[in-house]
Amino acid sequence: MASHESSFRPASRAGKWLDERLPLPRVMHGQFVDFPTPRNINYLWTTGGLLTFFLGLQIATGVVLAMHYIPSAGEAFSSVEAIRRDVNYGWLLRNIHMVGASFFFLAAYIHIGRGLYYGSYKGPREVLWIIGVVIFLLMMATAFMGYSLPWGQMSFWAVTVITNLFSSIDAVIPGLGTRIVQWLWGGFSVSGTTLTRFYALHYLLPFVIAAAVGLHIWALHVVGQNNPTGIEIKQPSDSVPMAPYAIFKDIFALSVFVLLFAWFVFYLPDYLGHSDNYIEANPLSTPPHIVPEWYFLPYYAILRAIPDKLLGVIAMFSSILLLIFVPWLDTSRVRSAKYRPVYKWFFWMFVISVIALGYLGSKPPEPPYVGWARFFTAYYFLHLLVILPIVGVIESPRPLPRSITEAVLGKEPATQVASAGGGK
Amino acid sequence: MIGLKTTTAAAAVLLAASLGASASAQEGGHAAPRIERQNWTFSGMVGRFDAGQLQRGFRVYSEICSRCHSVSRLSFRNLVQPGGPEFPEAGVKSLAADKYKVDAEPNEQGKILKRPAVLADRIPGPYKNDQEARASQPGGALPPDLSLITRARSIESQAPFYMVPLNMMRDILAGYQEAGADYLYAYLTGFKEPPKDVKVPDGMNYNEAFPAPHFTGMPNPFAGGNDAVKYDDGTPQTVDNYARDVTAFLAWASDPTLAERKRLGVLVMVYLLITALLLYFAKRRIWSNMH
Repeated sequence: MASHESSFRPASRAGKWLDERLPLPRVMHGQFVDFPTPRNINYLWTTGGLLTFFLGLQIATGVVLAMHYIPSAGEAFSSVEAIRRDVNYGWLLRNIHMVGASFFFLAAYIHIGRGLYYGSYKGPREVLWIIGVVIFLLMMATAFMGYSLPWGQMSFWAVTVITNLFSSIDAVIPGLGTRIVQWLWGGFSVSGTTLTRFYALHYLLPFVIAAAVGLHIWALHVVGQNNPTGIEIKQPSDSVPMAPYAIFKDIFALSVFVLLFAWFVFYLPDYLGHSDNYIEANPLSTPPHIVPEWYFLPYYAILRAIPDKLLGVIAMFSSILLLIFVPWLDTSRVRSAKYRPVYKWFFWMFVISVIALGYLGSKPPEPPYVGWARFFTAYYFLHLLVILPIVGVIESPRPLPRSITEAVLGKEPATQVASAGGGK
Repeated sequence: MIGLKTTTAAAAVLLAASLGASASAQEGGHAAPRIERQNWTFSGMVGRFDAGQLQRGFRVYSEICSRCHSVSRLSFRNLVQPGGPEFPEAGVKSLAADKYKVDAEPNEQGKILKRPAVLADRIPGPYKNDQEARASQPGGALPPDLSLITRARSIESQAPFYMVPLNMMRDILAGYQEAGADYLYAYLTGFKEPPKDVKVPDGMNYNEAFPAPHFTGMPNPFAGGNDAVKYDDGTPQTVDNYARDVTAFLAWASDPTLAERKRLGVLVMVYLLITALLLYFAKRRIWSNMH
């Protein structure tokens, strides 16, 4: 854990008694009250708190929804309708859980984008970053299985399309892909058996995510937070204690984000979903366009951009798995794009290409969309595999400030003793 | 506060631009059917269903739609509940008991007899099962259950890609949730004579709101024209009103908790807004010695 002076003083005799036996309050105080946070972190650094909040919200609403949901092919759809219509505040629980998944991903994308912009993956934060990628993969699996549960048309056909991807392994080892798909389905087609196992996993995985988040936060508190300058905390005046400074900033950002969230929960609950999912699953009728939820659209576009099924699947999975190697693909000595005049532009081009892929993923795979999807898929990989290593070498970064304090105040801390003391 | 002002101004500019651009996009003329947005009493932040309209809509449903379609997720009790058609309880009780017979529990001999329906029963549909429903239709198509129909339909965007963010912004700011109702109204009023060069297959009907090639299994439900359904509250008995009223009724059937949702929504939004403001000032105060 990052070393800093403890201000923890047990107030009562009972507190002192516990402190000598299990200093849990002391550890929590050290990590979430005294913990030094860079004084210059901006609002993008509040997304970690947002994500923790949404994980808790999804688990809390999910547990109650699970009390009313029936995971069988015959009753799943009707049980969700019963939740909406007959359970007290069931409509609210369901809207929060459904819209919450979208906002969870929205916050995650901002969080990841921030990491990429400010170089938060660079040493010594590689493990922190990799745990983050693992959490992201777990979130995707959880969301995908959760989407199957209402057992509407899109649920059913999304499960069919995505599980069928594994049959592409048949091109390498004939028969193996089919075996895997049937093993996933628990039969010879997507059925109630598939739904029940997805339900079990959808209940399990959030707790795995919670554990991984625990590791993520642990790793964060060992290496400390990155900040917009990308330089480490060097002196007391570079940081402020987490409470009340970072905490209040986090809570304020949370209240604004939840305000937007509530607008969708109460006034646009279906906006982010697909209307076909209010038609009960029917294996005999395929919807004209099968599309995933918005947060999967870029990967769906990559999948369909590649003409070969197996290569498409490999491209889709590697588009995310490649993120694991970003700490080593980026060769720059400087963390923050703020001081990287060339990389900064490429970062925004990368963001645009991901958004473009998202749009193209929502369109049918036909000209001109498929051509553009190929173009942006190529650019996506070009960015990670070629641009990121090369720019780091050829670019000459702008001069860095000597310290965080200098970046904030424009001068060195020697003349700023009062301000530094103000943080304590 | 400057940040907030600029954001608001930017949002206003974007909104204006999106409205102007969508108007010009409409003139473009696209092959896909264009669905007009309607004014609904239940749209927007404080929108509510109009009980009178839902009562008329229920009458249209009962006299026309219910010949082929069920609303199986509705119970008789829903017709009485606040936020819905709010029929008097006694009226719904006698409607259920007089007009509908449902299966009773098996008696001592194991026979399943019929009993009059009560408030707690689901509203029975016209057919025993899907097979019977298909068999009764000239084209063999299944008349879908209507209890989720407006949620299960939407309008596919035809906008060019550069309009998508602006349209999204406009719909999000307006809280536009009524695409299903707009589509349903367009569909119910979309039965037209087919163009000269179009040959409509047997058992199918031409409907300009239905996705291309515009052939739908359902015949025009309002072929009887005006005055086919009697209204007793003075509302003009026109096909347009029938379509509008039954769409509102089915929108309620899809979303019976709308009134509760919007009422609570206002409170939550106000509460969160005040909380956010207080937290903003608290945060500024705390950080004031750090800048």
